[in-house]
Amino acid sequence: MIYKLVYENLKHRPLRTLLSTLVIGVGVTMILTLVGMSEGTLNEQRKRARGIGADIFVMGSNSSVIGTGTASMNEGLVKFLESQPHIKVATGTVVHSIGTLKSITGADLDKFNRLNGGLKFVSGGTFVKDDDILIDEFYSRQEKKKVGDKLTLLNRDWRVAGVYQPGNAARVLLPLRVVQDLTSTQGKLTMIYAKLDDPANTEAVIAQLKSQLQDYKIFSMEELISQYTTNALPELQVFTKVVIGLSVFFGALMVFLAMYTAVLERTREIGILKSLGATPGYILGILLRETFLMSILGAIVGIGLSYVTRWVMMVLIPATFTQEIVYDWWPIAGLITMAGALLGVIYPAWKAATQDTLESLSYD
Amino acid sequence: MTNGAIIETRGLKKTYRQGDMDVQALRGVDVQVQSGEFLAIVGPSGSGKSTLFHILGGLTPATEGDVLINGQELRGLSEAGRTELRRTTVSFVFQKYNLLPTLTVRDNIEIARDIAKKTGPLDPTFLKALDMLGIGHRLDHKPRALSGGEQQRVAIARAIVNGPAILLADEPTGNLDTENSTNVLGVLRDLNHTIGQTILMITHNPEAAAFADRIIEMRDGRVVKH
Repeated sequence: MIYKLVYENLKHRPLRTLLSTLVIGVGVTMILTLVGMSEGTLNEQRKRARGIGADIFVMGSNSSVIGTGTASMNEGLVKFLESQPHIKVATGTVVHSIGTLKSITGADLDKFNRLNGGLKFVSGGTFVKDDDILIDEFYSRQEKKKVGDKLTLLNRDWRVAGVYQPGNAARVLLPLRVVQDLTSTQGKLTMIYAKLDDPANTEAVIAQLKSQLQDYKIFSMEELISQYTTNALPELQVFTKVVIGLSVFFGALMVFLAMYTAVLERTREIGILKSLGATPGYILGILLRETFLMSILGAIVGIGLSYVTRWVMMVLIPATFTQEIVYDWWPIAGLITMAGALLGVIYPAWKAATQDTLESLSYD
Repeated sequence: MTNGAIIETRGLKKTYRQGDMDVQALRGVDVQVQSGEFLAIVGPSGSGKSTLFHILGGLTPATEGDVLINGQELRGLSEAGRTELRRTTVSFVFQKYNLLPTLTVRDNIEIARDIAKKTGPLDPTFLKALDMLGIGHRLDHKPRALSGGEQQRVAIARAIVNGPAILLADEPTGNLDTENSTNVLGVLRDLNHTIGQTILMITHNPEAAAFADRIIEMRDGRVVKH
């Protein structure tokens, strides 16, 4: 019976219920979107790292696996690597940041293609002229550029020569020499990839390289991929915590306002229930159940909205962020916002439970 | 407690604090109500009859004096104790009906059972009373769809569904027209006669009071006529 009363109360004020549910839901969405972005972006990086097709990865000691770092390695290192046993091909790239989470990659495309069998072009083809640029499908969609279009980067106009399938390390590709010239890093590299004659030799080759190249970070590609975790994105972790805090705060505030108003509005009804012998616990139970139900509805709405944010990102910024649906976080986000909502109902519920019966009955 | 009395007050006093003034609402009231009796308390506004009603229903404590309800002394009873009294022993019918607007008639009655933790089929005595109340065809309607008289009969049904020892009615016809008033008062009298429901009714209307077995008149916080 109490659930029927709770349901009828929520139904009686549909706008308030809808708004409260929506605010709780937005909190859930914010959490799920951020977590989904972290996971999605890292997974995309893992996929792109795998897509390179290399077995070993070398970078300067000051560089980070996430982000671009500086072109600090001498280009001659490529030749040295290629002279080592079991290394079939080695090639270096220069990665240059062009904004938040955006970069261009300079690569020796002939050798780069030997790592993974070559880029798979959706339209157009490889570089023909000096001002040609290659972009992947996500970048093409985000920037609304197709083959033949002009693209301005690094204060220069480029012609999109080809659009390739995503999953090959870079979103934007230019010839290695061009990027080195533009960024004044002639003879330098940011990363070097090496492919072995047999992946089974990876550990042995790494051990041997580490003994000779102590000033460099040398990983197998699987080691590199394993480092793509949220721990590698401390800023995002902090941001996620801030968003969780905000979700709890706003959820609590909204529920407080909604339930406080509800308690005021229902002063007489609470008096009626008390005149029938309802205990403070019974009254408390009604309001807690209402909040609990709104939280459940809010969580469902929030989960639904996280699909919307994923779709928006896929349409608007597919090259910058990839949002995944992280099912494990559904109950966590739901519980976090529910905690906020229950926090918000404490005072109104206490006020209702301790209201004087006679005064409540006289309330108009 | 006097033999057979289900309600007994002795030297009952109630003083309210209003601003800087003490207002004496009751100045020593002695009342006895026998089990199965239909008693009306009449008096003008400010006579103290509503205060007496509130004290007997456990809605407010007395300042002085003794109150025995169904053998239970109310003096010193905690809020929880008074809540228990309302759940098990006394029930109310108010002038403003006080139905829950979001619930249907059926659920308004059911909520009283839920609060009293009563489950299972309805008591046959109550079903008999429900027939008398004539609201069987309105069970699935919400209060706003009912006339004042119907709403008051629902309030009576809700008040007696748990079989309380005492039904307290505060101006139950105060908001009704003559026809509905007669109808509701007739129902109260029938409940008293058929199922032996003890009823204490507060009214300022002598015609309504005439439906009771006995009338007590109050004035200035005292019983002036038994």
